[in-house]
Amino acid sequence: MSDLTRMSAVELAGRIKSKEVSAVEVAQAHLDRISAVDERVHAFLHVDAEGALAAAARVDKGEVTGPLAGVPVAVKDVIATKGVPTTAASKILEGWRPPYNATIVDRLQAAGTVMLGKTNMDEFAMGSSTEYSAYGPTNNPWDLGRIPGGSGGGSAAALAAYEAPLAIGTDTGGSIRQPGAVTGTVGAKPTYGGTSRYGLIAFSSSLDTPGPCARTVEDAALLHSVIAGHDPRDSTSIPQPVPDVVAAARLGASGDLTGVKLGLVKEFAGDGSEAGVTAAFRESLEALVKLGAEVVEVSCPNFEYALPAYYLIAPSECSSNLARFDGVRYGQRVGDDGNRSLEEVMSLTRDAGFGPEVKRRIILGTYALSSGYYDAYYGQAQKVRTLITRDFQKSFEQVDVLVSPTTPFVAFPFGSRTSDPYQMYLADLFTIPTNLYGGPAISVPCGLSEGLPVGFQIMAPTMADDRMYRVGAALESAVGTFSPPAL
Amino acid sequence: MAAISREEVAHLARLSRLAVTEQELDQFAGQLDVILQSVARVGEVAADDIPPTSHSVPLTNVYRDDVPVPSLTQEEALSGAPDAFEGRFRVPRILDEEA
Repeated sequence: MSDLTRMSAVELAGRIKSKEVSAVEVAQAHLDRISAVDERVHAFLHVDAEGALAAAARVDKGEVTGPLAGVPVAVKDVIATKGVPTTAASKILEGWRPPYNATIVDRLQAAGTVMLGKTNMDEFAMGSSTEYSAYGPTNNPWDLGRIPGGSGGGSAAALAAYEAPLAIGTDTGGSIRQPGAVTGTVGAKPTYGGTSRYGLIAFSSSLDTPGPCARTVEDAALLHSVIAGHDPRDSTSIPQPVPDVVAAARLGASGDLTGVKLGLVKEFAGDGSEAGVTAAFRESLEALVKLGAEVVEVSCPNFEYALPAYYLIAPSECSSNLARFDGVRYGQRVGDDGNRSLEEVMSLTRDAGFGPEVKRRIILGTYALSSGYYDAYYGQAQKVRTLITRDFQKSFEQVDVLVSPTTPFVAFPFGSRTSDPYQMYLADLFTIPTNLYGGPAISVPCGLSEGLPVGFQIMAPTMADDRMYRVGAALESAVGTFSPPAL
Repeated sequence: MAAISREEVAHLARLSRLAVTEQELDQFAGQLDVILQSVARVGEVAADDIPPTSHSVPLTNVYRDDVPVPSLTQEEALSGAPDAFEGRFRVPRILDEEA
């Protein structure tokens, strides 16, 4: 029954419900696959075989029901899981077992999912390649010498390597969508406030958004519907009903986009995408036109300032959020010899516990927030954020969604962008505007460039997450899905 | 001209409670200078009369009814502490920091 690992979540849920297979068999098949390939892929930081089999047994006994009963899921290690190690891929949290669950983890359990383990990522979700994980990078199943994207490279690689049918990611500047793009999988960033941040280890609180990762658009929509919705424990959670994303995905899969207007952002055209990425994107756009969609060029003149604004806002918020790692309440403590002061121990703990990218961002954020620089940097970036939001709002008066490639380049070889941090930041050029605006966006595989996957991004207005699923499913119906060579 | 000096980076690291090494300082100073020169482009945008956006959700002051709900036990709250003593977080000495 090894092909259980190739099935979609929708198919698995159906077969488990009809008792054609047991949830334990499904869990075991995925655990076996992880044992067989994860030494090479390194998608997981922690595999909870015992917990997974116990959860699956409860499904088989009928103690747990729900729309995803018995379907395995992998969870990014930045999300608190009660009693299960949670490190955010940082040394500073090595060995920490949270005393509580994130809201989305509670909801995953209520839906009947079986958690296989915790996935690798860039430390504290800062990066675009997983090369900043303190526990070593994840390797892209399409080419083990290349990055799987980041920060959620582990979740995306687990899907592409058939280690899990579903995964959870978090998207602050593209950390769900860019890994989806470079691994040939689907990744969706919900509307900010549409999914709860309670129990998510904070990086940039005004941008962080948990969301679904899957191999098909319908699976992503189903996972989205299970985790989304108002949470009183998150004060930025939107107290409104979640759009019916599953119905929208099914509607899109029928392949009819008559009357749907796609906005092509003029300012993205000359922005240094690789030729193969541009070609795959253009072909997909033509495929959508054949399904009845109309393409309208729109202008978003402030998008070119999104990347600079983001790299002021996100580090500023991170420098404040990561102050909680002080070696007192959880995680590591370094240098406490009985003589050193609290401040000395704190500084030694933080220097030993954080990796270089995290330190760079803490220092940059401290600078941008310091008196004398605040107005020129953080304050100005917040004003630019307003202008970017207005660009989106104006565009959505003309079109239903905006479209672009997800990331300017396909999976790059390890080490090719680490010496100059700004080169790494360019991976998020097309994904960042959405985070500043707060709307939803999805990356759907749309083709290959030199044998490596290319992602197609669809951006929608806030709380209109259903639109991106409709267009995404239509694209999938036209171009199909993409599988990596056998591992 | 450099946007940020090695001395400024050392000062910021101290403010951030990061006991960075000399080698890290050498590395970060150059990298942060490149990053700052790139992000300083936000200053090109004429935005004097534009209100700032701190957050995309138009919600303020979200309250709930003042009803007690279950929370972590003392034992659970201390479960991840590097050091605990008599039900409390134990910390290194906090006095005579300048001594």
